[in-house]
Amino acid sequence: MAHGSGGKAMRELIERLFVEAFDNPLLAAMEDQAVVPLEGLRQQGTKLAFTTDSYVVNPLFFPGGSIGELAVHGTINDLAVSGATPLFLSCGMILEEGLSIDTLGQVVSRMREAAALAGVSIVTGDTKVVERGAADKLFVNTAGIGIIQRDVAISARRACPGDVVITNGNIGDHGVAILLARNELALESTVESDTQPLHDLVRLMLEVCPDIHCLRDATRGGVATVLNEFAAASQVAIHLVEAAIPVRESVRGACEILGLDPLYLANEGKLVAIVPREQADSIVDAMRTHPAGRDSAIIGEVKETPNGAVLMATAFGGLRVVDTLVGDQLPRIC
Amino acid sequence: MTPVLTLHPTELAAVTIRVRGLVQGVGFRPAVWRLAQEHRLRGHVLNDGQGVRIYAIGAPEQLQRFLTGLQEHPPTLARIVEVVSEPASLQDIPPGFTIIESGAGEVTTGVVPDAATCHECLREVLDPFARRYRYPFTNCTHCGPRLTIQEKIPYDRSGTTMSGFPMCPLCEAEYHDPSDRRFHAQPIACHACGPRVWLERADGKPIALDALTMLDAVDAACTLLQKGRVVAIKGLGGVQLACDATQEEAVSRLRRLKAREGKPFALMARDLQIIRHYCEVSEQEVALLRSPAAPIVILKTRAEVSLAPSVAPGIRTLGFMLPNTPLHHLMLRRMDRPIVLTSGNRSDEPQWIDNEQAKVHLGEMAEYFLLHDRGIAQRVDDSVAKVMGGTARMFRRSRGYAPAPVVLPPGFDEAPRVLAMGGELKNTFCLIRDGHAVLSHHIGDLEDALTQADYRRALGHYRELFAHVPQMLAIDRHPDYLSSKIGREMAADQDLPLCEVQHHHAHIAACLAENGIPIDHPPVLGMALDGLGYGDDGTLWGGEFLLADYRTCTRVGTFKPVPMLGGEQAVKEPWRNTYAHLMAEMGWARFVMNYGDLDLYHYLAHKPRVSLDQMIARGINSPSASSCGRLFDAVAAAMGICRDRVSYEGQAAVELEQVVDQSALEQEDVALAYPFTIPYLKGTKLPYIEPLAMWQALLGDLILKTPLPVMAARFHKGLAKALCAMVDQVTRLEDGGRTVREVALSGGVFQNQVLFEFVKGRLEGMGFRVLSHAQVPTNDGGLALGQAVIAAAKASSHKK
Ligand SMILES: [Fe+3]
Ligand SMILES: [Mg+2]
Ligand SMILES: [Zn+2]
Ligand SMILES: [Zn+2]
Repeated sequence: MAHGSGGKAMRELIERLFVEAFDNPLLAAMEDQAVVPLEGLRQQGTKLAFTTDSYVVNPLFFPGGSIGELAVHGTINDLAVSGATPLFLSCGMILEEGLSIDTLGQVVSRMREAAALAGVSIVTGDTKVVERGAADKLFVNTAGIGIIQRDVAISARRACPGDVVITNGNIGDHGVAILLARNELALESTVESDTQPLHDLVRLMLEVCPDIHCLRDATRGGVATVLNEFAAASQVAIHLVEAAIPVRESVRGACEILGLDPLYLANEGKLVAIVPREQADSIVDAMRTHPAGRDSAIIGEVKETPNGAVLMATAFGGLRVVDTLVGDQLPRIC
Repeated sequence: MTPVLTLHPTELAAVTIRVRGLVQGVGFRPAVWRLAQEHRLRGHVLNDGQGVRIYAIGAPEQLQRFLTGLQEHPPTLARIVEVVSEPASLQDIPPGFTIIESGAGEVTTGVVPDAATCHECLREVLDPFARRYRYPFTNCTHCGPRLTIQEKIPYDRSGTTMSGFPMCPLCEAEYHDPSDRRFHAQPIACHACGPRVWLERADGKPIALDALTMLDAVDAACTLLQKGRVVAIKGLGGVQLACDATQEEAVSRLRRLKAREGKPFALMARDLQIIRHYCEVSEQEVALLRSPAAPIVILKTRAEVSLAPSVAPGIRTLGFMLPNTPLHHLMLRRMDRPIVLTSGNRSDEPQWIDNEQAKVHLGEMAEYFLLHDRGIAQRVDDSVAKVMGGTARMFRRSRGYAPAPVVLPPGFDEAPRVLAMGGELKNTFCLIRDGHAVLSHHIGDLEDALTQADYRRALGHYRELFAHVPQMLAIDRHPDYLSSKIGREMAADQDLPLCEVQHHHAHIAACLAENGIPIDHPPVLGMALDGLGYGDDGTLWGGEFLLADYRTCTRVGTFKPVPMLGGEQAVKEPWRNTYAHLMAEMGWARFVMNYGDLDLYHYLAHKPRVSLDQMIARGINSPSASSCGRLFDAVAAAMGICRDRVSYEGQAAVELEQVVDQSALEQEDVALAYPFTIPYLKGTKLPYIEPLAMWQALLGDLILKTPLPVMAARFHKGLAKALCAMVDQVTRLEDGGRTVREVALSGGVFQNQVLFEFVKGRLEGMGFRVLSHAQVPTNDGGLALGQAVIAAAKASSHKK
């Protein structure tokens, strides 16, 4: 693909690619904007949720997914954790000169599949080609609109002492999958990214417990970072139990060699929820019936002190401070 | 120095004497009173915000003798900083000499460290006809609890954990009698009115004491220890766990339950004779053991006798202390063997201080609890010291030492009130106030949640005890030190200036401060050797040569930067450093070609080498570190010491030092010492210590099956030579002179006695004045002092 090369033919090529791939009436209209009638939306809920995120990943394709799935799932999940049903996505792409049209096609078809499976439509989009070196192969931005159906009051500020911390499965998969894909680490490992949409799981959780207190997807910075945000915003302490946190054996093994802590690794299909204790078991039971929540587990609880901190009872019987890291897991031992 | 008195022309003279230092709560006023009686002086003595003030009237020569006596024989626990005497006017001459009582709300000048039982008290406790026979809480103004019981200021009984024990008439009489050793001894107590001790079973079942003893609960504990039981004992600064140190089953069980794998246990013995049976003890070490602080002293073991192997695996030293309270003395009366006496906690946690919590958390480890009802206001661990190079040096400064002030050097009198937050491991914090620095007792590893909670509590407690409102904060520059984060939060909350201090600069500044180097002194050469610290360039440092004063610090030499494979994992698994070093020096192919027969080769060949190589090549969680500590790890692991993993910080280096063959060290040709070179780093052009030649020699010795003790000696000697060569190189002027004449040694590596003594001796031989740590730990336990003085010096302007 050539930058600025005559434009017209190229633009048409790309447009065709998109329209065919994301085939839906709104996009097919080929206007400068997607026009959504409010009628149908009003029946679905009371509030609109709107979010955007940009996706940059190296390599573009990795075990378990690609930048395409990330761009769709990431934005869906940002909507989902507010309790919204995601409906429409936009898709903006920055392409580096020289990217093969094949690669682009593959990414686009991955996006199509991901959107279709998740039941959302990509209704508007844009592409720009920039000079070699001005971008790294392909950047994607997606924005998303969703409707919040019922009156949920999910907020990072609502964790209360006595609440229970839940996650929907093995943590650290994505972070390790990317590390392995990026470097020839020769680790015998079949770790795949966990990239997946979470809105249907969240819908199920809200059916069992409409009063989920906190909910977030644990992407960059991992579970540790999200929990620290909850603890700080709610002015509570979160006490984790190391033995209860689900980590795949292969991920644990890789972390052992690499010296990484799974709590800080990125996920692309994991959420962390803080829920009232009475409903915790039934939520987890329900989550386990869902494909995105098969390995759901209670991983800790909320306490009063020490205010704002996340602690973890370690496998060795100690209690460790799990802080947010400024540096890159830089050793602190003197 | 005795101040000279200006005489009055009359027969009688009057003087005002001001005494500064730790002079309150140590029986200073009664000592003054007795001395005044002796010299037939009149006047009064009182405590005020600056210490003790004396107004004395008498014959000039009597006054002079009084002053001399005051300074030459102060009360045991007093630490006089300064005595200033000025002539005063002769007012209405009082009939005698009186002690003026302190008023309420009066500011005190300091908090006194706890002190081990004095001779007089011990004699009383052991005297069947004395009122306090076998009373475990006997104390006087020369001994007993202080920091551990003090809840607030001023220091009087109502502000301590003794507040719930009203004095009986006999104690009260002693308390008010200036001629009594217990005049104003706040924790004064006896059988009739004071705290009590009792014995419990961990399972809550009743105990038939008479099956164990004819005396009391404390003596019953002795029987239990003799029987191989683990007993939890509430001591001075926390609950401790004890067992017979000669019974392997008890010791190994305690180790397992405490989850403490390899770190040596501390020992207590009834008397010196027992210690001498197991260890060589010099006169200096005797004095240290018997000092009021009564620390754990690290002693060389005798080869021919041994305790249970689990006491100190892999180590040829033992840490012994003598009893520090009457309770310990009484408990060990019939015990002619040493006991293990370790903090009551799981490994790395703070020891418990509360009876109920101790029972909950130590119930699995101890079968019995010897508890009492005197509360502990401040958890304080036992101090650890070692005599090195003829000087007692603090490895862990805690009970008996903290919170005695470190007097700051000239120029710091006007220093702002700094609060320095300390490091991450072995944390202590430091307050600067009125020209002295209060370095806290040992807090511990802040990544442990309970320790961190204790840190916050202790910060508040000290702030209260020293009425300290900081004007600025000092922290380590590491972005993720928990102490730095807490400091940043505090600075933001209280809107205080924050001084970020480079780790190794702080080490050197701490060394300067404790050696009395004045604030405007020109730079010295600092040699800071430790595991890791966050460097000015964002990489990890740990073997640094710094041209430093209190305000500035320039890096003039370093160690070779080598990747730490897996970050902190490399600290836990020493072989990772060996691998990283070998790859950095010769690469795998050359290593295999030359050393393929070594078991080290087979060991490393079984590691996930492709992954490790990628980690190095791509910089995956493998930060580069110029660390002396990691070099020790790499060398130890190459020699087969702690190759897989260490169970406590610095274990590989400690064990490498332990195996050193003294005769090889002292007698072998110095040419056999492992060679290092000093080339220059690309880019920064810094000279660095290059270990390639050392590795070749070491691996060659492995092939030759040279005994490990000889190899360890060669490594130590070679490294010491290289360190001195670096000093020579970076300080030499073209005309043969030197840019600096002083070298300050700091950092945890200098706990290594072999290396320390070798480096110190050699540098002195080269004509340098060597500054090193004694009263403050050379490890990160001294860091806060360095941070504090750097912040203070930067805040105060240069004197021109
Ligand atoms: Fe250090
Ligand atoms: Mg996002
Ligand atoms: Zn005494
Ligand atoms: Zn009494």
